[in-house]
Amino acid sequence: MNSLAEQVLQSQRREFLTTTASGLGGMALGSMLTDDGVLCAQEAVDAPAGSGNPSQYEAKAKACIFIYMAGAPSQLDLFDPKPKLREMHGEKLPKSILDKARFAFIKPDSATLMGSPRKFTKHGESGMEFSDWLPNLGSVADDLLMVRSLHSEEFNHHPGQLMMQCGVSRFGMPTMGSWINYGLGSESKNLPGYVVLTAGRGSSGGATLYQSGFLPSSYGGVLFRNQGEPILNLANPAGLPSELQRAGLDALKSFNQRRYQEVHDPEIASRIASYELANRMQTAAPELIDLSNESQQTLDRYGVGRPEPEKVWRGSLGHLKTYDTFARNCLLARRMVERGVRFINIIHASWDQHSELDFHLQHNAECVDQPIAALIKDLKERGMLDSTMVVWGSEFGRTPLGENRPGRTSNTGRDHHPFAYSMLLAGGGLKGGMTYGKTDEIGWNVEENPVHINDLHATMLSQFGLDHLKLTYRFQGRDFRLTDVGGKVIDDWIA
Amino acid sequence: MIISKADLNNPRWLLNCFAVAVLSLGCWLHPVDAADNDVLFTRDIQPLLAKHCLLCHGVDDSEGGLQLHQSDLATREVDSGHRAIVPGKIEQSELLKRVVSDDPELRMPPDGERLSTGEIQKLSDWIEQGAKWEVHWAYQPLQPASPPSVTDEALVRNEIDRYVIAKLQELDIDPSPEADRPTLIKRLHYDLVGLPPSPAEVRDFVSDTSADAYEKVVRRLLASEHFGERWGRHWLDMARYADSDGYEKDNHRADAWRYRDWVIRAINRDMPFNQFTIEQLAGDLLPNAGVDQRLATAFHRQTLTNTEGGTDQEQWRVAAVMDRTETVGTVWMGLSVGCARCHSHKYDQITHQEYYQLYSYFNNADEVTAEVPKSSSITAEVESEINSIEIELSRRKQELAKSSDQWLPDLRLQAARLATEGVKYHPLDSVVVRGPEGVTFKRLEDGSYLVEGENPETAKYTIEGLTPVDGVSGVRLEVLPDESLSAKGPGRTSHGNFVLNEIRIRASASRDWKDQGQRKLVTATADFSQDGWGVKGAFDGVEGAGKEGTGWAISPKFGYEHTATFALADQLDDGNRNLQIVLSQTYGGQHTIGRFRISAITGRLPGVGMDEEIRNLLVRDQIDDAAMQRLLRYQQDQDTASLKLTDQLSELIKKRDSQLMKVRVIAERQKNPRATHVLKRGEFKQPMEQVQTGTFTTLPTIRPREGKSTTDRLDLARWLVSGDNPIVARVTVNHVWKHLFGVGIVPTVNDFGVRGDAPSHFALLDFLAEHLIASQWSRKQLIETIVLSATYRQSSRHRPELFEVDPNNRWLHRQNRYRVEAEVMRDIALAASGLLSRKIGGPSVFPPIPPSVTDLTYNSGFKWKQSEGEDRYRRGMYTYFKRTAPHPNLITFDCPDSNVTNVKRDRSNTPIGALVTLNNETFVEASQALVQRVFSDESLDNDQARLRQAIELCVARVPTREELADFETLLERSRDWYGEHSDDAKAMVGQRPVESIDVADNAAWVATLRIVLNLDEFITRE
Repeated sequence: MNSLAEQVLQSQRREFLTTTASGLGGMALGSMLTDDGVLCAQEAVDAPAGSGNPSQYEAKAKACIFIYMAGAPSQLDLFDPKPKLREMHGEKLPKSILDKARFAFIKPDSATLMGSPRKFTKHGESGMEFSDWLPNLGSVADDLLMVRSLHSEEFNHHPGQLMMQCGVSRFGMPTMGSWINYGLGSESKNLPGYVVLTAGRGSSGGATLYQSGFLPSSYGGVLFRNQGEPILNLANPAGLPSELQRAGLDALKSFNQRRYQEVHDPEIASRIASYELANRMQTAAPELIDLSNESQQTLDRYGVGRPEPEKVWRGSLGHLKTYDTFARNCLLARRMVERGVRFINIIHASWDQHSELDFHLQHNAECVDQPIAALIKDLKERGMLDSTMVVWGSEFGRTPLGENRPGRTSNTGRDHHPFAYSMLLAGGGLKGGMTYGKTDEIGWNVEENPVHINDLHATMLSQFGLDHLKLTYRFQGRDFRLTDVGGKVIDDWIA
Repeated sequence: MIISKADLNNPRWLLNCFAVAVLSLGCWLHPVDAADNDVLFTRDIQPLLAKHCLLCHGVDDSEGGLQLHQSDLATREVDSGHRAIVPGKIEQSELLKRVVSDDPELRMPPDGERLSTGEIQKLSDWIEQGAKWEVHWAYQPLQPASPPSVTDEALVRNEIDRYVIAKLQELDIDPSPEADRPTLIKRLHYDLVGLPPSPAEVRDFVSDTSADAYEKVVRRLLASEHFGERWGRHWLDMARYADSDGYEKDNHRADAWRYRDWVIRAINRDMPFNQFTIEQLAGDLLPNAGVDQRLATAFHRQTLTNTEGGTDQEQWRVAAVMDRTETVGTVWMGLSVGCARCHSHKYDQITHQEYYQLYSYFNNADEVTAEVPKSSSITAEVESEINSIEIELSRRKQELAKSSDQWLPDLRLQAARLATEGVKYHPLDSVVVRGPEGVTFKRLEDGSYLVEGENPETAKYTIEGLTPVDGVSGVRLEVLPDESLSAKGPGRTSHGNFVLNEIRIRASASRDWKDQGQRKLVTATADFSQDGWGVKGAFDGVEGAGKEGTGWAISPKFGYEHTATFALADQLDDGNRNLQIVLSQTYGGQHTIGRFRISAITGRLPGVGMDEEIRNLLVRDQIDDAAMQRLLRYQQDQDTASLKLTDQLSELIKKRDSQLMKVRVIAERQKNPRATHVLKRGEFKQPMEQVQTGTFTTLPTIRPREGKSTTDRLDLARWLVSGDNPIVARVTVNHVWKHLFGVGIVPTVNDFGVRGDAPSHFALLDFLAEHLIASQWSRKQLIETIVLSATYRQSSRHRPELFEVDPNNRWLHRQNRYRVEAEVMRDIALAASGLLSRKIGGPSVFPPIPPSVTDLTYNSGFKWKQSEGEDRYRRGMYTYFKRTAPHPNLITFDCPDSNVTNVKRDRSNTPIGALVTLNNETFVEASQALVQRVFSDESLDNDQARLRQAIELCVARVPTREELADFETLLERSRDWYGEHSDDAKAMVGQRPVESIDVADNAAWVATLRIVLNLDEFITRE
């Protein structure tokens, strides 16, 4: 760091200390200082604002890889076996449930239950159950925490996705990755703290799934492209060698520094720093996505370069090479964690099986099963799993009822189901080999240990040493938090 | 003093005390014109009650019978028999006993954070001083105070400065000197039009020695059409403007830009802010609302629309109404009313019920479309032509009125001649019927013809026959069912329909048709016509296949007899008894007639010839004035000169209407208005008690306009800007101030509530609010007043010596310095390089965008078709805004996502942003064009001159020798490189070469000037 930047940081710090509560809480102060590596977050929280009650949670996780399966995978065909549902296949929904139910698409009068034809087997010492479509995840069962009792309030994809990413289904709120970076800052000098990777077609939520909401936009997710240039505008303009980029930045710095000497605006120093990081990213990001120094064994284990299955259903966008891209994203996520990226959101959106569920779900399960299992093994072998939280989940689950859209003679899909669904977590100080929560015998409602999305977020934050009640930001007269007005930490999950 | 020693020895208490002291220092660092040691209810007590007490003893809950949000409630006796607050009597006030008590049965709050010693002290002092309940400053009436006096009058340019300098004097700070002229003109240009001044404009201003040199620049910019763009864009943030629906499908909104044009035009014409408000919130309800007023209501059509499958439309309608309610709260009142959607607002005294009262104004504001002109200016031209023709028409009418002695006798003669007998039908004799090959016609006993033989796709039947009488006035066609036809006919399709595309009638004395033209038909009637296939389509001259054509059809009334009557314009002259009738049936798919009968008609058919009414007037002996007026109108309809004018008029109206477009707007629901209920926890499926329209008790009462018993949306809009409503004027001037200083007088521009920041200069805020109202809500006048002040003209140079005293420049000891907005980042780069299109308004455009951005959204039907020519270089505010995939150059620089109203943009400073201006196509192209621009100026003949000019184009000042030297070095290094790398040089020059220099030199210039476009000083408003 040049002396100018240091000098400015000193003055900024002084400024923050004198204006602590004028808008930014202690957390913001912490993150802004740690962005530049001056203070660690906890120190910042403790020191100036004097809230007197730092988080009681020990920070175990440093990074999070959130694997987001937009569209809502069927938990009944993957994670939550329901023999009774299979017995009742073709029967009507019990009236006690039907009268209270609300549906997106299903016509309730004619709806019938649909058992899963999947075979479930127990895996690992813990005996965690997975359907036959997820053999690889089964092989890391003892590292996984399976939650079968998640529930949400949102029926439709986009609001549901906002709920999962932001803890509230309204627009304009920060996403998880923004909150965590806001709380802890980034550990990487050369890369952004919050990165988004996609495979296949995009999600319906678009950029709102990694927005910073009312937090400053530097906390927003930076979308890496899954082919070519990983960050927009990362490459120099055609015909501009890196030597001249450097020479140009030197001239720019010199001019800007003169202006700083003239007007003393610390923002100029921040701008110089931004240009310098941009330049470092120009080198660091291509190095990040260059997998040539990964062993063939690693590439194969993740499935990098896997062919797309030949039989591709109409409209499933085989040309996007989703199998290869998803595998590559999982490997990239590990490489980012190694390089200090705080939060990685891998978005894969093709899980909305209202019909032809068997075909599509198998196609998707095969796409993600091997790379995710490889990621967990890889992190564990490298000693990174304890400090890296991996989360697999979606906005809601799917109905135990078969879907009967008008004009369809047979039920081949399932509808949206927010009342009870499943997700997986691993690492970051969470228990492995644990199956948490229970649904009723047909999988309609949660029977034991319900987990609201706000609870999930509260627990995730706790593993980062952040108290969800204290990680707040004042906006339009209210202190907002990731857990909105709810959330409780689930101590049972913590190892 | 009732704080115990034990409390003071408790370390946690002390810690809390410290924390609160720091917090209150931040929030209330500087009071609203009160001495720091007085206790002020709104500053010291209200936030404290809100924080610790109101959850259980507030608007919604009254545990133990106690409510602390209102004076009378807080001081009355409660269930326990005590009084929480006894004004002036600390010993008797139970509240104080409870907050210090350690008894778990008594202590308050019962759990959670206790009050700090400082807070208790404040509470105690306040009760001792009489526990006065004041209204929160923002709700108080405007309090204009005469401006304070200042010691050095020379520092004052207008009233604003008195307020600012007086405060600085108190703090012993001198205001900053006026900025130098280049900075001033650049600041004015950025603030008022969002574009850099040209070097010539800078030089003119710098060398202008007249006393009003500055004022002249201000006036020029306020009159610029770009002013409406710049300030319109500020408003569009609040209007959450976008070009797509949002949510999953995020469909295209083809008409959204029309509202944007309305905003730009309104601001350019300085539409008073009160009118601006009323038209946007309730333009549809104004008496004689014109298209512009209806268009203005599109403000509230910028809400999101969810068309995702399986949605409950009512849920999303309610969500949109809530958004409208909350947007009004934020934009006009600076209040976050959204909290009260689910429960009463703990702090700002907005109850759950009041939220739904406000909501109720919008609950019957339905989403409709209106036809509006595509452009207000083009339409104005056509309107004026229409106007002049209408004047000519009325002149011609006056002429006719004067010359009735010439035309009235003719009319009387015609009337006398008109036959009076009734209508009779006559079967034709000697009939011959012909059709396509293979089709045969069998005459049945009733004179009808059954069509047999081949059943072709299309057919033309020609019927010739002789009428038994003279004076035929029309033809009757009966189509008849028949058992032999499928579905019993009358058509020959399998379902019984037919289409008669065209009927053609000729008449002659012999059966020679050669010179006989088609007889004109004037009208037709039928007993039944299929929807969209009326009988008048059978003589409009249009045939056509399938849906291309027009004609008469009868679905779904198959199997029945139907009759159509066709009236001739002129009855046939005597002797013309031979008729030829052609039935053309071109629809296809065997839509032909299966059985029919033709008759001739005599007598006057309804709707033909002179109206009965006119004839009756003409046969009278005496024609009175009323009758004369009616006859004059009739004559005008026959008059060739008038008819010509009428034709021109209808052409113009057609032209005007072809320039109409449909726009999404708001209109009050007429049928079945919805009753509004309080919604439990804001859930649309849980209505509770019904509410009427109304606003907040903390603000002046709203009244219905004359003749009405309840208030509606128009009353609400008028109430907001009535001038009695103090908060709206305050919020509005604060918005304007923020755009001219980077921060509001109330820094929390979106929160004027109890938890928001207090104004730094309360009296100044009210002065400006009064000024706005007094100037008839003129936005331009307010801006002019502010920019003419010495306060605005100060240098923005930071003053390290004031770092401890005024670190955030709250007291305006200088101007502020901040990065320009996303759109302006683009605008200034394009403007400096000469690429910018200065076209104002119109549909959104599609500048280059990385394909991965548009690929990422679900709706594969959407294509980003890159704009060509001028539209590639339009201002950033015209870039198409797709909510789920906005242009990354906009988002990177904090353009709001437009999903909810935004009154305050961030100004991020990130590496991602640096990469945009360094490497993005738009900015590289701008640097190539900047080189061309500099080399096209023949007065520049060396490197230094050209560099100086380029820098001047960007930062509006002449660079220093050192600054120039940096760029000369870069230029030389670049020349070295490109001299040896010709491929790189070609790529760097791209499609914009300078012909007069070699490619290596050209490339070196591009590489150099690209950095000029990245200067902090260029992208910063100083």
